[in-house]
Amino acid sequence: MVETILDVRDLRTSFYTDEGEVKAVDGVSFSVPKGKTIGIVGESGSGKSITSLSILRLLASNGKVVGGEVRFKGDNLLAYSEKKMRSLRGNKISMIFQEPMTSLNPVFTVGQQISETLIEHQGMSKKAAMAKSVDLLKLVGIPSPDKRVKQYPYELSGGMRQRVMIAIALACNPEILIADEPTTALDVTIQAQILGLIRDLQQRMGMSVVLITHDLGVVAETCDYVAVMYAGQVVEYSDVRTLFRKPKHPYTVGLLKSLPRPDEDQEKLIPIHGTVPSPLHMPVGCRFNPRCPAATDLCREKLPDLFDDGEGNQVRCWIYNEQWPGEKEVDVFGEERTARC
Amino acid sequence: MTKYIIRRLLQTIPVLIGVSILVFSLMHLIPGDPAQIIAGEGAPEKTVEQIRERLGLNEPIHKQYLNYMSGVVQGDLGNSVRSGRPVVDEIKTRFWVTLELATYATILAVFIGLMAGIISAVRHYTFTDTAIMIVALFGLSMPNFWLGLVLIDWFAIGGDWLPAWAKLRPSGWGDSWRQVVLPVITLGTGGAAIIARMTRSSMLEVIGQDYIRTARAKGLTDRVITYRHALKNALIPVVTVVGLEFGGFLGGAVLTETIFAINGMGRLTVQAINTRDFPIVQGAVLVISVLFVFVNLIVDISYKLLNKRIDLG
Repeated sequence: MVETILDVRDLRTSFYTDEGEVKAVDGVSFSVPKGKTIGIVGESGSGKSITSLSILRLLASNGKVVGGEVRFKGDNLLAYSEKKMRSLRGNKISMIFQEPMTSLNPVFTVGQQISETLIEHQGMSKKAAMAKSVDLLKLVGIPSPDKRVKQYPYELSGGMRQRVMIAIALACNPEILIADEPTTALDVTIQAQILGLIRDLQQRMGMSVVLITHDLGVVAETCDYVAVMYAGQVVEYSDVRTLFRKPKHPYTVGLLKSLPRPDEDQEKLIPIHGTVPSPLHMPVGCRFNPRCPAATDLCREKLPDLFDDGEGNQVRCWIYNEQWPGEKEVDVFGEERTARC
Repeated sequence: MTKYIIRRLLQTIPVLIGVSILVFSLMHLIPGDPAQIIAGEGAPEKTVEQIRERLGLNEPIHKQYLNYMSGVVQGDLGNSVRSGRPVVDEIKTRFWVTLELATYATILAVFIGLMAGIISAVRHYTFTDTAIMIVALFGLSMPNFWLGLVLIDWFAIGGDWLPAWAKLRPSGWGDSWRQVVLPVITLGTGGAAIIARMTRSSMLEVIGQDYIRTARAKGLTDRVITYRHALKNALIPVVTVVGLEFGGFLGGAVLTETIFAINGMGRLTVQAINTRDFPIVQGAVLVISVLFVFVNLIVDISYKLLNKRIDLG
């Protein structure tokens, strides 16, 4: 059994706006095994990024984690003091972001921005930190690092900047790297390079990676486990093979059915009708019920928990629970699923 | 950098020529014949004509300008028509007084404005923020002649803590800081308020940027994030305002100097306007304008120091 390094249980994060409380994340659970990559997939607004910011407690001032636990090697981070939390950020748990163009401070050199982390967490001298910065730039594959280290972010391309962000994140040999859509803003060839780099460094350094993305192709290529998010909740948590071979939650099934798959014979793509609910007006019961072809009255009344499926995976759907009131064989977006009842 | 400064210095030449033409023409658009005023009302036409000839006022205007400018480049701004002394001498002592006053006022405005703006931004939408911004609004709305009079009433007449006047250089009105306090507060308050508001909004904008989130994700302390990462970016627009305020103080010192009986450039100019002593007015305005142009040059250079991305070419 692989050791779990990060365990997120029933995380709930709300934002307080003029229109009321927005429950952006409302029941997110997943665990990150040591040295593995877990993908968090979901549409825009499903709460992926908020989940990652909640883990590091980096939410905007109107956001607040209102429930759940984030256990890092057994310790609940939500109970940490701000000071203790700070010593963890960029040190044990690092994060890179979607927008490499705006994530670096325009008025400091690349070297200054990398060495800052080393000085803060490892107490290095300025000179030693600068030398280490050159090594880190070399590590992330930036050519002529001794020259680049003195440059400002505007002198670098988007791909280069994301490499610099990775160098900053890896400076203190973190145990977990959270990558929030690290390739979304980059063009396709650069995307592949950056993902390859993250995977390569992960193997070399033995760290765990939480990869947030909306791209199922990226998930298939890089992740060991996947948490699928819908409307602020994790609806399915599974190993990557099972997820692509036999997804359980109707949303995941629909998601894969709506994608062109080169590995399977598809007659046509099947869309999921309807739209994602607004976080201010969540449907009663299962959040996916208005769009689900298999929805029953139970689904419309009661929100299912994240049930264990007995194979080490989890799914938030009544079909896989003893209480399921429908047929034994359920048709979900043209696929047969066997209910547990 | 050096190359840039040299180029910028060369660029100021046409600006300065433009300024001098403007100042010179304005002086000649002001109604009132200086020759007539010097000669006195009801003086015979012949006397007026002689004076006009002596001052070169009967020559065509472009020739007058060229004569004036050839003097200016040699450091000769003409002679006062009242006292007959060289304008340069008249201005020299007064100039330092005003420069000193404006400099102190700028230091005060920058210090208070930055502190207030940063505190406001860091504690945005709290009671502290609201309180600071209300005070700033007062500071901004208060005409400085009124503020000056109120300060004199409270501190000089009411309490006898600080003098209501300031002595002239070269004995040095900086001899006693007590004399400086009230005029500097009078002049600097409005600027402090503007800088505070500018700093606040600029800081708030910067605090919302992605790179501030990155800085937080690195585990840096709030202090480092605010003063290193946010402030350096937020200062760029503030520097512009500081430059403009300093220029404003040089010109705006007129009222403050009048209230506190300071013999600076402002007071000199007002007196010269009243007596139609146009060489003095012309010289004073020219000197202030040149200073303003150079302050702006310094602002531009400090941009480059703050943000290397700014291409000054």
